[in-house]
Amino acid sequence: MENLITRHRNVSILVAVLFAQVLGLAVQVKRSANAEDTRLIRIWAVSAVTPFEKAVIWMQQGTGGMWHNYVYLRGVRAENRELKQEIERMRLEQVRLSEDAEQARRLQLLLGFKEKFISKTLAAQVIGSSGSEQSRSVYIDKGSKDGIEPDQAVLTADGVVGKVLHVYGSTSLVLLINDQSSGVGVILERSRLQGVLRGTPLGGVAVERVMNDESVQPGERVITSGGDQIFPKGLTIGTVSGVKAGADSFLNIIVKPAANLSKLEEVLVVTGVETKLPVPGEMAGRVRAVDVLSQRLPSVPDKPVVDPKKAAATPAVPAKTPVVTPRGTVFEGATPGTLGTPNGAAKPATFNPLPGMKPAGPGVTVPGKTLLAQPEALLPKTPPANANLNVKNSAGAPETTPPSQVPVGDVLKPATAATTTAAPGSVKPAVVQKPAVVPRSSAPAAKPEDKSAKPEPAPVEDKRQ
Amino acid sequence: MQILYTSQEQVEVYRFNLPVAVLVPLIALFLQGFIPLRFPFFAMFDLPLLVVIFFAVARRSQVAGLITGALIGLLQDSLTHQPIGIYGIAKTVVGYGASSLGVRIDVENVGARFLGTVFFYLVHEVIYFVVARGMVSLSVQWNWAHEFVAAVANAGVAVILFAVLDRLKQRA
Repeated sequence: MENLITRHRNVSILVAVLFAQVLGLAVQVKRSANAEDTRLIRIWAVSAVTPFEKAVIWMQQGTGGMWHNYVYLRGVRAENRELKQEIERMRLEQVRLSEDAEQARRLQLLLGFKEKFISKTLAAQVIGSSGSEQSRSVYIDKGSKDGIEPDQAVLTADGVVGKVLHVYGSTSLVLLINDQSSGVGVILERSRLQGVLRGTPLGGVAVERVMNDESVQPGERVITSGGDQIFPKGLTIGTVSGVKAGADSFLNIIVKPAANLSKLEEVLVVTGVETKLPVPGEMAGRVRAVDVLSQRLPSVPDKPVVDPKKAAATPAVPAKTPVVTPRGTVFEGATPGTLGTPNGAAKPATFNPLPGMKPAGPGVTVPGKTLLAQPEALLPKTPPANANLNVKNSAGAPETTPPSQVPVGDVLKPATAATTTAAPGSVKPAVVQKPAVVPRSSAPAAKPEDKSAKPEPAPVEDKRQ
Repeated sequence: MQILYTSQEQVEVYRFNLPVAVLVPLIALFLQGFIPLRFPFFAMFDLPLLVVIFFAVARRSQVAGLITGALIGLLQDSLTHQPIGIYGIAKTVVGYGASSLGVRIDVENVGARFLGTVFFYLVHEVIYFVVARGMVSLSVQWNWAHEFVAAVANAGVAVILFAVLDRLKQRA
């Protein structure tokens, strides 16, 4: 035996080296992924290579910065002018979006949803890659010394990039979303289908676990679902670029990532995420779309104080059934004459036409109020998707309001909980949602026998359908 | 230690001094990780493999070749997120094979270098595929067209790279 090994010394060494590596691989494969710690050889390799990469990036940025910041300034003034205009446009857009977001928070509060907010991020420079087509990962110049931890989300301004996989002292390895071992919980924005985003062998990205019978259209935006507990909900992943029937009765949905994964330079690492219930009042100090709109109007007189007793005596419109959410929450919104609030408090409302404002058609008259027949000029163009206009009258009875009877003056007031609000400059009226989902018998006490009550108006169809 | 830097063969045997033997693989690993950030197509090249082939062929020692291949392969594995050893095994075999071939044929010839690199690149990829799929259960795919194009591209780079590295050789 000894002679055999001596005679075939080279082959014996080859077999021994291969055996040692196979053994090492087997040990690694047997361990679970969670138990995998940073091995010494990885630290050596990273420590040997990344200083070169950092030095080259530093020199590259230095020379590039000199050129772009001090020498090559052609067209900067024109660009500055365009950017200022863009900022103005974005400000208006932001006001509108913040209004929508505030409303979404209120509704989420009603439903008891918890949200995850990105509270802290850390900018990092991409300094290198794994250099392998089989391992799609990059190195960043921030590590445990900077507060980076494994499983933190990594983003760019365009969208999600990946997550932190291994953390070293001053560098970290980021696993990109187009790696085959990567997995991100996603939602298709329009169809609300949930799936798992995975990398393909050729470096693409695809959504898995969506059934064949679902309808998915190219161009649909893909966002994070938050279900993986790594990426906060709502971050942009990309857009659907193709849909094919896959194996095992699942669709193969090809996604074009929003972030350019092959040319990453700077990224943001999400180092802090806090979970909290949305607070409706937290945006109270901010500028609201309705405020901006009301400032631009000639004048909107203050509401006269209405005696609650008097308001209670206002003839009640026969009741409609309130919407009941699956959690049992009764969901009510703005009404002609009253604005629904979460605690059921009703606000008396009166609309006074603005100077020079003439109704296009005959005015709708409700005792104690003056309404416009066509309030489209002041109402939001697109009602928020989840705006609920099941309403209560001043007597507390729920009712359904035709679009022509929505009190414009009230809608323009700063929103309270469940008040319908929307973008300035919009033209469509906020429209009543679908008829209630609970049987009429379960509706709160209405008074059909009340002679002062007006006949029930015909239910209004949802114009968005 | 002598086995790492000097071959025991008598014909056309070269040696490399320590800085060259250490720095050249490190630079190859650095370039392999850095250049794809700016030029993504560069990921199809495998500079560490080319360095393994060059050292193995020049030294003409099977043991030196396989150890060089194992070390460079393990370092390359360490820079990925995959289990350590997949590239190590593939490059160990290539190092051994390249040094065995170097003993038998004239490797100074450009044509021989080109064809040899094509052959060893494909061997490397086959071993990588088998280990990654069979042992580690990675879902890698084999694409003949891609592998052939990559083999030819790597061979083209190898001809230039070997000509540069020839200047660092010292006759044993």
